[in-house]
Amino acid sequence: MMIPVCRLADLPRGEAYRLDIEPPVAVFHTEDGEVLAIDDTCTHQDASLADGWLEGCEVECPLHASKFDLRTGAVDAPPAKLPVRTHQVVVDDGMIYVRPSEAAPNLPPCVAARLGAGGPA
Amino acid sequence: MRTVAVVGASLAGLSAARALRKQGYDGRLVLIGDEPHRPYDRPPLSKEFLAGRVGEADLALEADGEDLGAEWLLGVRATGLDRADRSVRLADGRTLRADGIVIATGAAARTLPGSEGLAGVHTLRTLDDARALRDELARGGRLVVIGGGFIGAEVASTAYALGLDVTVIEAAPTPLAGPLGEAMGGIVSALHADHGVRLLCGVGVKGLSGERRVDAVLLEDGRSVPADTVVVGVGARPCVEWLEGSGVALDNGVTCGADGRTSLAGVVAVGDCANWYDPHTGSHRRVEHWTGALERPAAAVATLLAHGATEPGVPRPPYFWSDQYGVKIQFVGHAAGADSVTVEEGATDERSFLAVYRRAGTPVAVLGMNQPRLFTRWRKQFTA
Ligand SMILES: Cc1cc2nc3c(=O)[nH]c(=O)nc-3n(C[C@H](O)[C@H](O)[C@H](O)COP(=O)(O)OP(=O)(O)OC[C@H]3O[C@@H](n4cnc5c(N)ncnc54)[C@H](O)[C@@H]3O)c2cc1C
Ligand code: FES
Repeated sequence: MMIPVCRLADLPRGEAYRLDIEPPVAVFHTEDGEVLAIDDTCTHQDASLADGWLEGCEVECPLHASKFDLRTGAVDAPPAKLPVRTHQVVVDDGMIYVRPSEAAPNLPPCVAARLGAGGPA
Repeated sequence: MRTVAVVGASLAGLSAARALRKQGYDGRLVLIGDEPHRPYDRPPLSKEFLAGRVGEADLALEADGEDLGAEWLLGVRATGLDRADRSVRLADGRTLRADGIVIATGAAARTLPGSEGLAGVHTLRTLDDARALRDELARGGRLVVIGGGFIGAEVASTAYALGLDVTVIEAAPTPLAGPLGEAMGGIVSALHADHGVRLLCGVGVKGLSGERRVDAVLLEDGRSVPADTVVVGVGARPCVEWLEGSGVALDNGVTCGADGRTSLAGVVAVGDCANWYDPHTGSHRRVEHWTGALERPAAAVATLLAHGATEPGVPRPPYFWSDQYGVKIQFVGHAAGADSVTVEEGATDERSFLAVYRRAGTPVAVLGMNQPRLFTRWRKQFTA
C-alpha cells in the first residue's frame, strides 16, 4: 500500500514531515536531496524523530541524542538499543509516497504498552 | 599498554570501555563494579521503572550480543589504589595491577543522619533502591519527599501518577534555583501545585518520627507532616573514599582536567565522580548528568592511550533532561552567571516554552519545557 505524504516542493531540504499513521512515520528530505522514511517514534522512549536533528543521513533523537541511520535504521549509541524500521519512499509526479514496512516495529516499551490494548504491541 | 582497569561498571565505566575498544586498545580490559548487576540505566529508576512501565531487562545499557572482550569483576568493591605499581585493591583481598586506570565510581545518594534502621525511609540511586521503593509505593498512602531537586520532583510526579498523596519539602525558598535560577526554578516547580502535590519551601527537616517504621517528618518550624513512606532526595556525594591516600587529588570528587587526567599519570576520571576543569567557566565542576557520563569518557580514554600527550579539547556544555508530570524538561549550558532570562517561544503558564539565559547579551543556557524540536535546534547551536 502506498500512502501519499506531501508534495516534494512542500518539504524543503533539511526538513522532516511526520505522517500520522499508526505507528507514525517520519519522512526526511536530506541536504543532499534524498527522501528517506523511518519510524517516527524513537525506540528508546516516546520521542518524535521528526523533531530531531538531521545531519547527513542521520537523525539525532531530540530527547537523549541516540542517532539513527536513515538508510538502515541502525542506531549508534545508547540509550536507544534497537533500530527503527525503514520504509520505501517513491516520488512520483512531484508527490512523495511511502510504502510502510511490514516488519514488526521496535516501539519503546512505554508506547508499546499503551498501544497494546488496541493494535499490535 | 597491556592492562586497563575500569573501576565502576555503570554508564561512565561502560562508555570508557567502549571508547577504549573503539580507539583501538586491544589489551586486557577489566571492569570492576561493586553492584552485582551488569551496567544499567539510572534515569528510568525515578520514572518509567518506578511507575512499573518498564522492567529490569529494559534498563540494560549493553546491546544484545555486545561483547567488549572484557573481564567483569562484579559485586566486588575497590578499596584502594597503590600509586607505586598502579594497582587496584579489591575488597575480597585481590589486587589488580594495571597500566591504565579509569575511575568511574559515580556518586551515592546522601542520607539523613538518624534515619538508618527506620522502615519506610528510602533513597534512590540504584536498581535495588528502586525495587524497594517501587514495592513500597504499591502500598499507596502518604509519601513525603525530602528535597525538591530533580530526583525528588520526579519521584513525586511518579508517585502522584500512582495515586499517592504526595508532599515535597524543600529547604531553599525556591526549588531548582541552583541549576535553573530563581525565576525558572519557580516555574518548573509550579508543576507540583498544578497536580495537587503539596510543596513546602524554605523550611528544613529536623528529623523523622516513628518507632520501627517512619510515621512523620518533623520540620524545623515545629510542624509535623504525617508519612507512610519517605524518600530522601537531598543530592549525591562522589564515591571517592577508596582513593584517599592514593595520591589522586580529591576535592568534591576526583580533581581532574577537562579531559579527565588526574594528578597521577595513567589514571583518568569520568562521570559523576569527576570534578573536571571547565574552560568555559574557568573553574572545576562536578556534573551529575547522563550525557556527560556517556560522552566524556572518549576524551579521557584518548588521554590515557596517548600517555597524556593530547590537547584537552573544549568540552560540550552540560545537557540534561527531566520528566515530571508528563512534561519534558531539557536544559543545556550554565545558568550561573546569567544576567537575564527571556521566554522566546510559548508560554510559561502553559508549561510549554523555551527560555534563553544570557550574560551580557550572549546566550549561556537554554531551558525547554515540552519543546523538544526547538530545544534541539538551540542545543546544536550551542555545541557548534
Ligand atoms: C534515579 C536517577 C534518575 C536520573 N535521571 C536523570 C535524568 O533524567 N537526566 C540526566 O541527565 N541524568 C539523570 N540521572 C543521572 C545519571 O544517571 C548519572 O549522571 C549517571 O548514572 C552517572 O554515571 P556514572 O557511571 O558516572 O556513575 P553511577 O551511575 O553512579 O555509577 C557508578 C558505579 O560505580 C560503582 N562503585 C562505586 N564505588 C565503587 C567502588 N569503590 N568499587 C567498585 N564500584 C564502585 C557504583 O556502585 C555504581 O555502579 C539520574 C540518576 C538517578 C540516580
Ligand atoms: S527517546 Fe530517543 S534516545 Fe531517548
